[in-house]
Amino acid sequence: MKHGFTVLAVITAVLLSFALYTALVMAPVEQTMGNVYRIFYYHVPSAIVAFGLFFINFGASLVYLIRRNTKADMLALVCAEVGVVFCTVNLITGSIWARPVWGIWWTWDMRLTLTLVLWLIYVSYLVLRRFSTSSQTALLAAVLAIFGALDVPLVYFSIWFFRTQHPSPVMGGGGSLDPHMGYALLLNFVAFAFLAWLVCWTRYRLEVAQRAVHEAEAMQSLMEGAR
Amino acid sequence: MIPDPQHYYLYSAYILTWAIHGTYLFILARKAKRVRKEIERLKRSG
Repeated sequence: MKHGFTVLAVITAVLLSFALYTALVMAPVEQTMGNVYRIFYYHVPSAIVAFGLFFINFGASLVYLIRRNTKADMLALVCAEVGVVFCTVNLITGSIWARPVWGIWWTWDMRLTLTLVLWLIYVSYLVLRRFSTSSQTALLAAVLAIFGALDVPLVYFSIWFFRTQHPSPVMGGGGSLDPHMGYALLLNFVAFAFLAWLVCWTRYRLEVAQRAVHEAEAMQSLMEGAR
Repeated sequence: MIPDPQHYYLYSAYILTWAIHGTYLFILARKAKRVRKEIERLKRSG
């Protein structure tokens, strides 16, 4: 297990380094935006990874609601937490890209607003998990996660449903992408997916250890009370 | 040579991305350290 984790960490480091090189050096300059377009090599993969993690959170929350499975609950928590980190990167890099291209840091455009709402829902989810002392916390969080997940397809399809300032997706949205740019984007996506996997694995192990410690402490105080 | 102002935005985005991931990993490392200490304490107290 430990060996597998080290191998994954090494693969992730190599992939991230090479992906950074392709994004900054190998990918050609975009004709209209110049070099600032290279932000999209971090912006787009962060969004896809965040949506993927929220989707896993949704599935794990459903499993928890049906079976009350503790592992599913832990997986849901871990995916929401790491998903929020990637969603934060997506929002910040998008805002930095918008400043030189649109001339503004932020606009209340449908896709941007829905992404912010998505981020706020999952931050609320984490706040609930962190501060609620109720025995029903996991159940409430699972229900909130179901509502949060409904926002993910809304964010994705908002470009088609509403008039929006946000650029259409270059793949599957009628646009075309230079093969070198496509390669750099794919490589950055794979590298970010590996990073998410590695971080989720670390966080999951930590969650297992934290819960074991809490259980042991509860047992200890029960035994002390019985003496 | 006059630096391209677009590079500031580009590098800011990349640096902030790694600052966010780094901060999160630092928080996780701190949490892990705390949990390890609690495990040690529990082991000592039997």
